[in-house]
Amino acid sequence: MKLRELAELVNGNVVCCHHRLDSEVEYAFASDLMSDVLTVRVDKLLLITGLANMQAVRTAEMADIQAIIFVRNKTVSEDMINLAEDNGIVLIESPFTMFRASGLLFGKGVKPVY
Amino acid sequence: MRAGQASSQVKKILKQLNVSPNIIKRVVVALYEGEVNIVAHAFQGKIYVDIDTDKIRVVLDDVGPGIPDIEMAMKPGFSTASPIVREMGFGAGMGLPNIKENTDKMKIASVVGVGTRLEFEVNLKE
Repeated sequence: MKLRELAELVNGNVVCCHHRLDSEVEYAFASDLMSDVLTVRVDKLLLITGLANMQAVRTAEMADIQAIIFVRNKTVSEDMINLAEDNGIVLIESPFTMFRASGLLFGKGVKPVY
Repeated sequence: MRAGQASSQVKKILKQLNVSPNIIKRVVVALYEGEVNIVAHAFQGKIYVDIDTDKIRVVLDDVGPGIPDIEMAMKPGFSTASPIVREMGFGAGMGLPNIKENTDKMKIASVVGVGTRLEFEVNLKE
């Protein structure tokens, strides 16, 4: 699914890297635990998380994650945006719960990792 | 909280050297886990990265409390991380097992009250 479509689906506010919105993701992983995120090996991955801090963006950088949806109305800081810009990672703020955002994306064919 | 800066620099260098994305991911995920461990548990640490034509060798040397029981620390789910580290999204006891998973060779040595040395290697040929 294209990131642009995905952002609309979760009522998202794109705060970084609008120029990357035509990229596609195939899989999603929903977790607040970055330790678990770092064990995921697939490509074209989206992260859905309620952990709005630098470590979420760093984890995305290391694990080649293309985009992060921050659920539960979490807001993204300026530092997080700067780091994401350096690495071309799309950041989306969503007012939905993790369950709702995940359910919507799953229903539209975004695949689970396992 | 600056954990990740060293791993980020190494990632940029490996990209410049045209190392395959799959290998880069394994190296930097392992390195990042190790870097977070230093920030989470130690007082100070140094990271040495040796990039050869056939393998990448990393040494993470820290001055810190050390690990009393390495076998226990290697068990998935075992952690002594503080609440602050858990708030960062870590401390689930997955770090060392995940480093082992992503590397071709891993060695850990520790002296309680002195520090820990973690060494790992990733072969460049897949």
